[in-house]
Amino acid sequence: MRIFFTAVSFYLCVLIFINLYRAIYGPDILTRIAAINAIGTKTVMILILIGFIYGRVEMFIDIAIVYALLSFIATIVAAKYFLARRSIE
Amino acid sequence: MLHTIQVIAAGFFVLSGLFFFTTATLGLLRFPDFYCRLHATGKGDTLGTLLMIVGFMIYEGFHLLSIKFILIPLFLFMASPTVTHSIGRAGVSCGVEPWEKKETEKAEETQ
Repeated sequence: MRIFFTAVSFYLCVLIFINLYRAIYGPDILTRIAAINAIGTKTVMILILIGFIYGRVEMFIDIAIVYALLSFIATIVAAKYFLARRSIE
Repeated sequence: MLHTIQVIAAGFFVLSGLFFFTTATLGLLRFPDFYCRLHATGKGDTLGTLLMIVGFMIYEGFHLLSIKFILIPLFLFMASPTVTHSIGRAGVSCGVEPWEKKETEKAEETQ
């Protein structure tokens, strides 16, 4: 089962790199924000998987919850900024 | 015997969560316009997270840690629509035009 969790987390890493392509070459800034938000969700999953691989889930689950909160706040703040700015140039 | 069923069910849920993550990523990569990409990631990531967490909970068994596991999808089911809505509203207020098919492509389809 440990090998399975390692394989799943490697697959999530590949997905993160595909999202990172969108975050770097995205045609506009709001696409980049959406891509970074998707990367944050996948990172939470990878943190829990790392907990399973090392056998310390009770510690890594707290880190995952805090990371989810931080990622949410960052995206909301960026979206609020562009909502008030009314221009993406 | 029970442990085998537990592991197989956990693996099934984790793999189906991975399927939804993959479709969300493909949508983000291939869709033509900002609103379409938001539509793909906003839904696919939320459901993928729920399925993967359910798989982890089945694998771990029911004890105090399950409450912490429940907290993550509970929070994400409130946070992810909020984020998607606010980014979309920022796009509308910035005047981003939704994507439409070009006239030449429409003409090719009718032929």
